[in-house]
Amino acid sequence: MTRTSDEPGAITIEDPVILTENLSVSYEGHQVLEKVNLCVRKGDWYAIIGPNGGGKTTLIKAILGLISPGSGKIRVFGQDPKDVRERIGYVPQYQTFQYAFPIRVREVVFLGRMGRMKGLFQRYGAEDSRAVHEAMARMRIEHLADRSISTLSGGERQRTIIARALAGEPDLLLLDEPTVYVDDLSRDIFFSSLTRVRETCTVLLITHDISVVHAHVTKIACLNTRLFTHDSDQITDEMVAQSYGCPVDLITHGDIPHRVLERHNRKEADEC
Amino acid sequence: MLEILEYSFFTNALLAGVLASVVCGIIGSYIVVRQMVSVSGGIAHASFGGVGMGYWLGIDPLLGAFCFSGIAALCTGWLMMYARQQFDSLIGVIWAGGMAIGVVFIAITPGFAPDLFTYLFGNILLVTRTYLIIMGLLLFVVIAIVVVLYHRLLAVSFDQEYSQSQGLAFMALNLLMLLLIVIAIVILIRVVGIILVIALLSIPASTARQYAGSLHQMMIYAILIGIFCSTVGIWLSYLWNIPSGATIILVALVVYLLSILQKTLVLRRYRDIMRYRNDS
Ligand SMILES: Nc1ncnc2c1ncn2[C@@H]1O[C@H](COP(=O)(O)OP(=O)(O)OP(=O)(O)O)[C@@H](O)[C@H]1O
Ligand SMILES: [Mg+2]
Repeated sequence: MTRTSDEPGAITIEDPVILTENLSVSYEGHQVLEKVNLCVRKGDWYAIIGPNGGGKTTLIKAILGLISPGSGKIRVFGQDPKDVRERIGYVPQYQTFQYAFPIRVREVVFLGRMGRMKGLFQRYGAEDSRAVHEAMARMRIEHLADRSISTLSGGERQRTIIARALAGEPDLLLLDEPTVYVDDLSRDIFFSSLTRVRETCTVLLITHDISVVHAHVTKIACLNTRLFTHDSDQITDEMVAQSYGCPVDLITHGDIPHRVLERHNRKEADEC
Repeated sequence: MLEILEYSFFTNALLAGVLASVVCGIIGSYIVVRQMVSVSGGIAHASFGGVGMGYWLGIDPLLGAFCFSGIAALCTGWLMMYARQQFDSLIGVIWAGGMAIGVVFIAITPGFAPDLFTYLFGNILLVTRTYLIIMGLLLFVVIAIVVVLYHRLLAVSFDQEYSQSQGLAFMALNLLMLLLIVIAIVILIRVVGIILVIALLSIPASTARQYAGSLHQMMIYAILIGIFCSTVGIWLSYLWNIPSGATIILVALVVYLLSILQKTLVLRRYRDIMRYRNDS
């Protein structure tokens, strides 16, 4: 069942939200992505798992147009990634700013509206305030609105960053391990609040947290230089073994915590 | 005491101090939060090459300084993009290179260079009315740019990668930032001189940072601290007949040290309270 690319020539009603064709990226001669064919459709919750250094963050940066591909094609909403940036929300894996910067939580969340500003002289308006307020309410950080970010805990900071992405009311969310520093309650609230925007928002999620994958996603792929895709939301042992390159223990959520091991046959894995 | 205000050079100096403090409060805050202190130091020192060239060509050395620091800023912008690895050492090259060019120009200029010390160490008591007007106009340009682009400059200063992902023209904004720094440096050369410019840009802003929760608050605090330090500094330099630029910087340093002391004392008191609570 595992293939290295999406079915070619499949009949589509709508343009895919993200489409990469034979995308290859290398850093100084070191191949990080090789012929990646990713197709994310509208309404998908697409999870990508894979080992450290597998190229997940690199893929997201290529989709954002932050790094240019060595070869291959990237289309987002059928266009060049650079032309649709204001429709994309982004939660980076690492906090890419200094903690000590003098800025308040509310101001950080407002920066999520920046991409929508047209022209040099436009200022934030009532619509921006409403979206910012909603995003802060969703991530439960309203009580922190006037705090300086240097006084926040790691998880509170991360929730601020997620709120910043939500404030832009994006059509596509790129989440690079968004909930690593976040407690279980906030994580569940985050994902269930995303469920509410499901009709309008497509999600590409990178995670090592398999329980999240099981609970929310519609499609899953493994990335280790090459992309191993699968139609359903099932993680199979082959996929994992292929992409991680070794047997991996996965403990997933469910009534009884269970493991998926490389030696398991297909039937057992499906029963999980 | 107040009769010295009747001397126009003295009121000019005080006014120049206020204008310089506003520039330093705004641009200095960006420099401090963006960790561009050494970059700005490099650009400021490189401007000495322009001062030397000004003497040699027989034009206003400040005009030369403006050209040289502009070129240095462009080089810096380019290095920021393409040579992140050796950035720090390359700033040193710009810094020393500009100074060396200036020294050579002055050596080959026939005769001796009048007011050379004014360019190196500043003399706020020599500021003329014309110069004040030019300062005021440049300051107006700086304030207008910062007010209009405040949120965009905040975005690129705070999180470069994210603002790039949002399609902000971050390269253009970074170059604009460097241009603002160049304007600030040229305004300040008369006041504190090339060598001390960086101190005036960074010290009041660093003091303000300890108390500010947001960038605009930091700017306002830094402006107020700057006005206090320059006024006290000018007054002391007049009273004791010592160089004004250095005196202003020393006053700013004392204020900075006091603020650190106050902060650590507050912190210690807080720790004592916590310890007391834990013990009981
Ligand atoms: N700027 C860079 N210069 C050179 N090599 C890089 C750079 N960024 C990433 N790499 C390399 O590219 C590979 C993929 O990196 P990437 O960050 O995409 O991995 P990842 O899948 O996100 O891993 P993780 O799970 O640790 O976040 C790694 O081997 C890394 O060393
Ligand atoms: Mg990563």
